[in-house]
Amino acid sequence: MQRIRLRYTKRGRLRFTSHRDFQRAFERALRRSSVPMAYSAGFTPHPKVSYANAAPTGVASEAEYLEIGLAAHRDPELLRKQLDESLPPGLDITEAVEVRTANFVERLEASEWQLRLAGVEPAEAAAAVAAFLAAETVEVQRMTKNGLRTFDARGAVAAFEVDSAQVGNGNDTGTESGSDVRTATPCAILRLVVRHATPAVRPDDVLSGLRATADLAPPVPAEVTRLAQGPLDEESGTVTDPLALDRAAAPAGQ
Amino acid sequence: MTVESVFPRLEALLPHVQKPIQYVGGELNSTVKDWDACDVRWALMYPDAYEVGLPNQGTMILYEVLNEREGVLAERTYSVWPDLEALMREHGVPQFTVDAHRPVAAFDVFGLSFSTELGYTNMLTALDLAGIPLEAKDRTVDHPVVLAGGHAAFNPEPIADFIDAAVIGDGEQAVLDITEIVRAWKAEGRPGGRDELLLRLAKTGGVYIPRFYDVEYLPDGRIGRVVPNRPGVPWRVSKHTVMDLDEWPYPKQPLVPLAETVHERMSVEIFRGCTRGCRFCQAGMITRPVRERSITGIGEMVEKGLKATGFEEVGLLSLSSADHSEIADITKGLADRYAEDKVGLSLPSTRVDAFNIDLANELSRNGRRSGLTFAPEGGSERIRKVINKMVSEEDLINTVGAAYGNGWRQVKLYFMCGLPTETDEDVLQIGTMAKNVIAKGREVTGTNDIRCTVSIGGFVPKPHTPFQWAPQLSAEATDERLAKLRDSIRGDRKFGKNIGFRYHDGKPGIVEGLLSRGDRRIGAVIRAVYEDGGRFDGWREYFSYDRWMACAEKGLAGTGVDVDWYTTRERTYEEVLPWDHLDSGLDKDWLWEDWQDALEEVEVEDCRWTPCFDCGVCPQMDTTIQIGPTGKKLLPLTVVNS
Ligand code: SF4
Repeated sequence: MQRIRLRYTKRGRLRFTSHRDFQRAFERALRRSSVPMAYSAGFTPHPKVSYANAAPTGVASEAEYLEIGLAAHRDPELLRKQLDESLPPGLDITEAVEVRTANFVERLEASEWQLRLAGVEPAEAAAAVAAFLAAETVEVQRMTKNGLRTFDARGAVAAFEVDSAQVGNGNDTGTESGSDVRTATPCAILRLVVRHATPAVRPDDVLSGLRATADLAPPVPAEVTRLAQGPLDEESGTVTDPLALDRAAAPAGQ
Repeated sequence: MTVESVFPRLEALLPHVQKPIQYVGGELNSTVKDWDACDVRWALMYPDAYEVGLPNQGTMILYEVLNEREGVLAERTYSVWPDLEALMREHGVPQFTVDAHRPVAAFDVFGLSFSTELGYTNMLTALDLAGIPLEAKDRTVDHPVVLAGGHAAFNPEPIADFIDAAVIGDGEQAVLDITEIVRAWKAEGRPGGRDELLLRLAKTGGVYIPRFYDVEYLPDGRIGRVVPNRPGVPWRVSKHTVMDLDEWPYPKQPLVPLAETVHERMSVEIFRGCTRGCRFCQAGMITRPVRERSITGIGEMVEKGLKATGFEEVGLLSLSSADHSEIADITKGLADRYAEDKVGLSLPSTRVDAFNIDLANELSRNGRRSGLTFAPEGGSERIRKVINKMVSEEDLINTVGAAYGNGWRQVKLYFMCGLPTETDEDVLQIGTMAKNVIAKGREVTGTNDIRCTVSIGGFVPKPHTPFQWAPQLSAEATDERLAKLRDSIRGDRKFGKNIGFRYHDGKPGIVEGLLSRGDRRIGAVIRAVYEDGGRFDGWREYFSYDRWMACAEKGLAGTGVDVDWYTTRERTYEEVLPWDHLDSGLDKDWLWEDWQDALEEVEVEDCRWTPCFDCGVCPQMDTTIQIGPTGKKLLPLTVVNS
């Protein structure tokens, strides 16, 4: 069985798809594009697809990953194109690599997030970030299935800064020099790197942390985008490509 | 009127609501056309939540039929949940379409499809959010024509104040005809304003414009007569019937939602209408005659539809799918064709005979084997004669015996409570039947691990059926009768544990009954309920019986009639019924005779296989029964892989 790892996006209005919504849409795309899926054995066979670390509903992403098993061999790039055409624009398959290595999910050590805070002055955001980073621990609360839980949002943060370039990520929210070009109101863009830990610390937890440490309360909900997930370079606080190992292991000529 | 997308304003609200994906549109196979390139624009609404509304076949068909036309545009809109409604009011965002997020008020026609009367308050919510006056009389030439269709439109009198027009019957051709009238009127510069447009529609004889009819009441509260108040407006408005379904293979490109909906499958309508003559069934009566899609037509729709959607299940839809003249060849043909692709087939069927087990075996070949469902509807032989559901207990026992013998472990049975002439004894026999079913299952399988679930709904008399004159059972009496049945089932030592018991209390049925057989005076009640916060009345968690009763008392004050008058009262032959001027084709005298036959426990056959028994539809509507067999087969297709 050939296995292929895919990177996909949730862009624009399709950031409102939940993980379940995406799963259904993806499995239908598999059927429409006649991908020769491998099926699980058993009473109700289902296609072999495994998903890793889905971003929450309402959060955009440039870097979601999944893996599929095929019953017949396919060229990864052709397969990528075929699937991408079958999915609605916004759910895009951006990379496909044949699986050569194990333990992929363990390689997803951290995520890089972009937080776009409309109505917040970059200087104010920078001060809040500094206060957050200066704290040893930042206690936040979140509603979970088991009720309200309190945990530390600081420990998992590997990097956090105001994006000096102040450039949007291309999803029609272009921003320049600290203000939103559409409305000419101030806008701060933050870059955040969070280690995948237990309990998981999500961007909204860090935002709650900013409120707790620096009383920063954006007037409108932050627009959050996952830019990358993968191995963490602790030194530089950057996230690297999780598919690099598979590419490197590919036989020459591919 | 600006027709800019409201999406930027809506988007800011979406992070705060449940299931935001339902409001963003962009479904596979949806269409966004250029506003300015079109001269007739329809907003189509299914007035319930997206998850229920999107899979609705009627809306999907009209959406595609209209969008296929040059210069015509159709977009969809659904009811928003109360969380978003509150935010939209706070931020001034109007009711929008999910396709291009255009405000509903900007369209020429606002068409609503009502499969049930419980969507009426949702219509008022949508009108109000859209900024369209609730009452038709307050609208100007710039407001859309508010048009009702669907089964509930066969008696649109309770919503007569709120709609401008209603169409009864099949919509495919009707929407195109209406489009042409609107187009011509607009092209001429909208002469005579709104009034003239409505008059042109009324004169076709196929569009009902409530304001062109006056209702006169008798001193005792009954209707005296309904008269047209304009020259050229017909006394009766006729239903539309599409003949030759093969010419209307819609939906060709079924919508595939991203959000989860109630039916995660592709549906193909295999025939329309039903002539079995079950006397409680409004759908069967008003969709006559039977018109089959051919086996090859069905095969093509399934093939194209699966390609276009990627669904993993196909539903073969109709009122009684096992009745298609070539159903065995259809199911076998499709099961063969898609054996490799793991495509499941499903077939809603109420027919209780052994033939169904063969079908069920065929259908479950490629997929899972879930429970089997049958609908004897009535517990006793006597009551089944009253409702003309010709099933004997012996048939049922044999059928379920065959099902258990073929490996099914779960059988579900549907019944109704509150049928005309019903007594406690008739309902208690539902329990007896369930016990006999389990006994048979144990005998056939040699195990005690057998389940049977009985599911019971309250009977609501509907317009255009022989039971339109019948008294409805009060909510209290329904609840008492069901409580007796529950106790007798629970108290049974030998079988009680294996019988599942699902039922609805009698209260929603009374409201449905009030709306089903209501007249124009009920409009005030609907409005009062809406203003009091009534929404999503088809949803248990939102429905409030007490609110409906309180508002009915207020709304009907001074009329001399009340909820009981509309629901539990029996009507006489002479009484003018609120929907008598809407012609479903059924001869009123024939319906009355059938009602008398019901009381005498006399059954009628199905006119598909016996000579016509003169229900009136075919001559009245100039239609005929269209059934096979065509003798054609479905051949397996070889899937060409790229
Ligand atoms: S008119 Fe005759 S053939 Fe037509 S539906 Fe009625 S009974 Fe059947």
